[in-house]
Amino acid sequence: MLQGFIVLMACWLAGEVLVNLLALSLPGSVAGMLILLAVALGRRGVGKPTAEVGGVLLSHLALLFVPAGVGLMEHGRLFAEEGLGMLAVLVLSTAVTMAVTAVTLKWLLARRKAES
Amino acid sequence: MQALVSHPVLWLTLTIAAYLVGDWVFRRLGCMPLVHPVFVSAALLIPLLKWWGISYSQYFEGARFIHFLLGPATVALAIPLYSNLARVRQMLWPLLIALSVGGLTGIVSALLIGKLFGLSPAVLLSFAPKSVTTPIAMALAEKLGGNASVAAVAVVVTGVLGAMMVRYVLEPFKIKDDAVTGFALGLSSHGAGTAYAFQISAEAGAFSGLAMGMNAVFTSVALPLGLALWCRF
Repeated sequence: MLQGFIVLMACWLAGEVLVNLLALSLPGSVAGMLILLAVALGRRGVGKPTAEVGGVLLSHLALLFVPAGVGLMEHGRLFAEEGLGMLAVLVLSTAVTMAVTAVTLKWLLARRKAES
Repeated sequence: MQALVSHPVLWLTLTIAAYLVGDWVFRRLGCMPLVHPVFVSAALLIPLLKWWGISYSQYFEGARFIHFLLGPATVALAIPLYSNLARVRQMLWPLLIALSVGGLTGIVSALLIGKLFGLSPAVLLSFAPKSVTTPIAMALAEKLGGNASVAAVAVVVTGVLGAMMVRYVLEPFKIKDDAVTGFALGLSSHGAGTAYAFQISAEAGAFSGLAMGMNAVFTSVALPLGLALWCRF
């Protein structure tokens, strides 16, 4: 288990180093994810210990953002003032994104089918 | 008593306990997106903190051990992304194009509609990555000058909304293919959308998981570049 954990931490660390060296505006942990993805593509999969620890972390992913969710308590005024606008933005933007993605993919797949 | 109430171990324990309650409620109600475990946990913890007069920074002394695990969990997102990618190799080009179009729409629509509704700049920055899975959206928002907590809430609300709206949004476009429905759900509404896609079918779920991973990568790269342009105009 420790073996898998250190692979994830080492990727994260490597990501932070990379982001710092190249002065990227990408978060270090996301760079770490890309590094692990590259490793997986290169050697056709991650090791079993990494997959196990990763599985544990991802199966309780929602727990990991509870501390940030509680941070809402500091933004009571913000939500009182802009809350309704925020909700409207989320509804509209999510609907547009979903529709545009679906229509684009449907069109591309239909075109490919017609070609072949 | 005051010493105990502000001890980190209490808040670490209560955070896990609140999550377990939230998770139980969520499963009991048939994974209804509206009772997402994060909402339930926050609704349990915030009144308790207020009642005992504990500040968020005191709470975070304990909760930060959980928060820290977001780092390795974000890295671990590469694992499902890899296995989903391997499965759809022959469809890769249409998916990549749909990803670019949809991913950009997610960012640009949040910024434009947000501006239209007069949201403040810090909120706009926290909303721009709202279609991306929470740990990545939080990291992006923080790095770009937004707020991680606001981003976390925007992301979770987006996921809940996406799962609730998908039937009505896609109906006028006559989308019959579960792969297309799943891909659109995962791209726009990440994890909560993917959980819902699995209730539609296994195929929808797999494509949703793939879209969620691909959009996490796309938005992480496109958002910083896009914002640099946005600020120039």
